[in-house]
Amino acid sequence: MGDPGGSGEPPGLAVVVLENLRIALAALRANGMRSLLTTLGIIIGVAAVVAVVSVVQGLQHLATDVFEGVGANFLHVEVNQDRQRGPGLIAKQVKLTAEDAQAVREQVPGIRFFTRIAAGSAQVKYAERRHQPGSVMGVDEAYQDVMNHAVERGRFLSRLDLENHRKVAVIGPKIVDKLRLGRQPLGKEIYVGNLPVTVVGVMETKGEQLGTDLDDRVFLPFGTALELFGRAAADRIEIDVQAETTAQVDAVRDGIRRLLRRRHRLAAGRPDDFRVIVQDELLKQITGFLSGVTAVVGGVVAISLIVGGIGIMNVMLVSVTERTREIGVRKAVGARRRDILLQFLIEAVALSLAGGIVGLALGYGLGALVVAVVPAHLPPAHVPAWAIALAFGFSAAVGIFFGIYPAGKAARLDPIEALRYE
Amino acid sequence: MAALIELAGVYKIYDMGAEKVHALNGIELLIDRGEYVAIMGASGSGKSTLMNLLGCLDTPTSGSYRLNGVAVEELDDSQLAAIRNKEIGFVFQTFNLLPRTDALHNVELPLIYAGMPRRERRERASQALERVGLADRMHHNPNELSGGQRQRVAIARALVNDPSLLLADEPTGNLDSATSVEIMELFDQLHAGGNTVVLVTHEPDIAQHAWRRVNLRDGMVLSDVPTEQGGAAAGGVWATPVAPESPPA
Repeated sequence: MGDPGGSGEPPGLAVVVLENLRIALAALRANGMRSLLTTLGIIIGVAAVVAVVSVVQGLQHLATDVFEGVGANFLHVEVNQDRQRGPGLIAKQVKLTAEDAQAVREQVPGIRFFTRIAAGSAQVKYAERRHQPGSVMGVDEAYQDVMNHAVERGRFLSRLDLENHRKVAVIGPKIVDKLRLGRQPLGKEIYVGNLPVTVVGVMETKGEQLGTDLDDRVFLPFGTALELFGRAAADRIEIDVQAETTAQVDAVRDGIRRLLRRRHRLAAGRPDDFRVIVQDELLKQITGFLSGVTAVVGGVVAISLIVGGIGIMNVMLVSVTERTREIGVRKAVGARRRDILLQFLIEAVALSLAGGIVGLALGYGLGALVVAVVPAHLPPAHVPAWAIALAFGFSAAVGIFFGIYPAGKAARLDPIEALRYE
Repeated sequence: MAALIELAGVYKIYDMGAEKVHALNGIELLIDRGEYVAIMGASGSGKSTLMNLLGCLDTPTSGSYRLNGVAVEELDDSQLAAIRNKEIGFVFQTFNLLPRTDALHNVELPLIYAGMPRRERRERASQALERVGLADRMHHNPNELSGGQRQRVAIARALVNDPSLLLADEPTGNLDSATSVEIMELFDQLHAGGNTVVLVTHEPDIAQHAWRRVNLRDGMVLSDVPTEQGGAAAGGVWATPVAPESPPA
């Protein structure tokens, strides 16, 4: 006869789980099209996450690279754009003047290299060949050292060039190409706007950073640039600085702030009308922007995952109804509530995980496509392991969350009624 | 030794809102190990309710049901599931096999919920299929089998856990008469092999295979008598089970 009193060991959970996995996969296969449509929400959600994360991660890598280039001692001073947007027409023009810069240079201790920058745009021309460079910048002779960007051929702007407002220029390699200055660009006379200048140097190739072509630039002596742009340009300049040591960066920043507040006559309590950005703040700004993008997309994704989850819940409810009789049979031969619960939960998770896998592949492809199609030279898409884990975690969580109700419904079915169900 | 099944003062009352339906109205019933019992009655007599109760799919509203000495009315849902798994083998009128699943896997089902490892499961399921004469149909899905074969698979599933009780609800209700005879002969063999068999039917000639017939009416036992078979075999002492033969290996 049967085992005397039944064996004492608890029924193997693993056996039931394996059976449930088998059922889940069989159901996925049997209802291929339905499964695909059901998981579309999950697929789209996960694909969006992965695509965005891959692009954003690439950008973040790049941002880090850029700022490692200028180094940790770098500080940047500019007009505070936010403060410019005052109320209506009475908004006052916020200034950062050449005199402010002069004061910073003379009065703030701890500065190793210093340059003013007056940036503008102007066409360049050589022998009827014209080109619109990315930017034309009036700078000081220390620009090279401040920005860690050196001249490759010829020389950079000298103190004499600066003092005498000489009509000379240092140009990026892209300008050499565009104007077809040939192998011997040095000494050639080009026009920047209506200003004839002699090329004295060509910068080393830096490539693109964050969508800006660093090789498509023209550098003029600061004073020369003001003659080109007009006097107003002297009131809206930028200042870039290298502190003597990393430890002094904060002191330099505070020194600049105190000085400029005094010069701009800002009463205590009023916010700065300028911004001193140190390297890691710049990095933080960009990272902040990227996080913003990620958050917005994250919201969209959350919605699509919820929609996907509801789809799964719906199809699981249908599946429970379709298989009412099967549930009755399983219960009659000894399946407990938790066995049935597990069966449908595993099926829901398998469904959403399958969506997650498809979404992952799709998202990765999409990220790669964006990088390939967008003209700005974006870094290769990069999907970190945590994003993959996140995608799977999310789809599993959606499966569990939206699967629990149908599974619970199945588990609570009365076996007698389930067996009678037609 | 106590009887396999002891029902004492069993009531099953369904609350249908306005009125209370007494599906079982004080049933007293003892069934010993090795018996072969047919439960008969018109529809509405309570035989389905009694069947569900005996199969531990349901518990009585009042009264006691002891199966193998265990008070079933005191068990919770998962303990009932465990009893169904170990002690009871169901055979249904509509077979109730899982579609898209081969015969072998269908028979394995109770063993899965018993937590038996795959290899042992397969071995026992194939033995059960051999016992019902389907050794060559193990890998056929139900839709590739005839009605009689399907019911044989269901019987193999019911047997595979060596249950104390084989419970069959109109097992021939969906079969033609020739196949019905074959299936009933199978039950006869299983009984002869030592299994306790209880079948619910409304067909007298099916009930004739059993050795004892319990007639229900209005949720009560109307009569409880040996059949010709039972009377002849037991020499009139119908309640005494025959000595079980050793089951085929």
